[in-house]
Amino acid sequence: MPINMIVCCKQVPDPEAPPASFKVAGDKMTVPPDVKPVVSPYDENAVEAALRIKDTIGGKITVISLGNNLTRDVIKKPLSVGGDELILLEDEAFEGGDSWATANALAAAIKKVGEYDLIFCGRQSADWNAGQVGLGIAEILGIPAVNVVRKVEVVDGKTKVERAVSDGYEVVEVELPALLTITSELGDLRYAALKGIMAAAKKQPIVWKPADIGLEPSQVGAAGRHVKLAKLFQPVRETKCEIIEADTPAEAGASLAVKLREAKIL
Amino acid sequence: MAENKGILVFGEIAEGEFPSITTELLGCGRKLADELKEDLSCLLASDAVGDLAKEAIAFGADKVYTVEDSTLKRYEADCYMQVADQVIGQVSPRAILLGNTPMGADLAPRLAFRLQVGLSTDCLELSIDPGTKQLMQTSSVYGGNAQAIFTAEAVPQIATTRVKAMSPIERDESRKGEVIPVKVTVDMSKVKTKVVETIKEEVTGVKLEDAAVIVCGGRGCGGPEPYDTTLKELADVLKGAVGASRPPCDNGWVPEAMHVGLTGKIVAPDIYFAIAISGASQHMSGCSGSKTIIAINKDPEANIFKQAHYGVVSKFEDVVPALTSKLKELLAK
Repeated sequence: MPINMIVCCKQVPDPEAPPASFKVAGDKMTVPPDVKPVVSPYDENAVEAALRIKDTIGGKITVISLGNNLTRDVIKKPLSVGGDELILLEDEAFEGGDSWATANALAAAIKKVGEYDLIFCGRQSADWNAGQVGLGIAEILGIPAVNVVRKVEVVDGKTKVERAVSDGYEVVEVELPALLTITSELGDLRYAALKGIMAAAKKQPIVWKPADIGLEPSQVGAAGRHVKLAKLFQPVRETKCEIIEADTPAEAGASLAVKLREAKIL
Repeated sequence: MAENKGILVFGEIAEGEFPSITTELLGCGRKLADELKEDLSCLLASDAVGDLAKEAIAFGADKVYTVEDSTLKRYEADCYMQVADQVIGQVSPRAILLGNTPMGADLAPRLAFRLQVGLSTDCLELSIDPGTKQLMQTSSVYGGNAQAIFTAEAVPQIATTRVKAMSPIERDESRKGEVIPVKVTVDMSKVKTKVVETIKEEVTGVKLEDAAVIVCGGRGCGGPEPYDTTLKELADVLKGAVGASRPPCDNGWVPEAMHVGLTGKIVAPDIYFAIAISGASQHMSGCSGSKTIIAINKDPEANIFKQAHYGVVSKFEDVVPALTSKLKELLAK
């Protein structure tokens, strides 16, 4: 039986950009213009998880993203690979939120969407890395959640998932509706076909402001935070690297061995 | 409502023992409790806690709350949440500390949202602001490209700490403390998830977490084969373990259990060989505690050379076998 799925996707600066391109200015992280925004990688895995369910039993995928001035080409990516609807919680007031403010707004939007069987989130975002929003949404909605999932299937009105743990995985059964946070082992998001990209370009996202989801501006974004950011900084960690040079790579290898032995490291 | 006081640590138990995170949390909690001049409590929940309660006291706890129930043998969120609810109600702590482990990272957000309080995850440092008595929580953010200090007004303040970031105190059997058994009846009707199977993906040989030497390979290894040959041969000579950055795991070259990095294992060996690893911050978050980092990479601009102590700029295939055989020769002397 086809099911209703919701995937939460966040736009972040490309986390694969060279570390030197990330610079703190005040209490914000800045990146140069050549570092493009992307869908947070674990959220892409979450989209892929939903698409695999859609491939097997069918269903509708609604993607929800929260932010301000979201880049349309980036945030529409889930639509280009098979997502059906895109809802943007987009407003100045949504800026600067913490996990609490974000999960609270996403949960309110999900309630407004109304019909859902499975909600997917990435296990953590690539910017703040907190890993709270997915489980927070489940707690607010009062539905079961499984964290760090690497495989998903839906059988007989239940979802059967593999939850990654440090020494392997657990097979977990959960009744629907449920929320799953997805990890990278599930697999990369598929490439968009040209047809999908064209269809996504034409499709207009639905934009909701705080009032549309029944929240005051004081409850969202920076105003709705539970945790205060006292300081953002970049510790200096550069070490002096001694480069071993030799006529051939093999000689460099041997001379590295001697060096490590002499320095009593080995 | 009673005033929130003291620190509560959620201890973890694995196969009847404390994994390192439990003694690290107790060490950190002890320091914070001393700064506050308040108590350090520890919750231990399992099917059987036994002598571990005394062990928690030896590692710094003033009070140990023990909950024993057959449903608590393995961590399951819906069972542990019921235990947590009851014990937090009883202790009424100022701050709660958990490990940034599969258990703590799963439990902490649920608790924070249930209690409607703030949470900082993956903390590298925790201290008490002497004026406000608030917890100053230093977290790694942006994949390790920055750190943030967070505070929260509402109590209890909750934080998870990165594995190996905190130091245990020295074990002292003469330390005095109180063991308080708590009866919790787990309501199975509230347990919505069911673990039907547990699969162990054991990695043979030395465990990554315990290894004094780690040989870690990256995307540049090009496929699964070097992990079983070139890298393994070097690790074997040094009685070390082989690890991998995230791409080799995601590509299925090696099991996820070998993943070293922000979302994998956090390691701090004496010697860390980074082979064909670019040195992304997400990876370095998992190994920056290593005493000596040795990088072998063909790209002289690779970020890894900014964090390594020794480096060779070359294709690893041309360097590592010679390194291995020379080490074998030197160590045999």
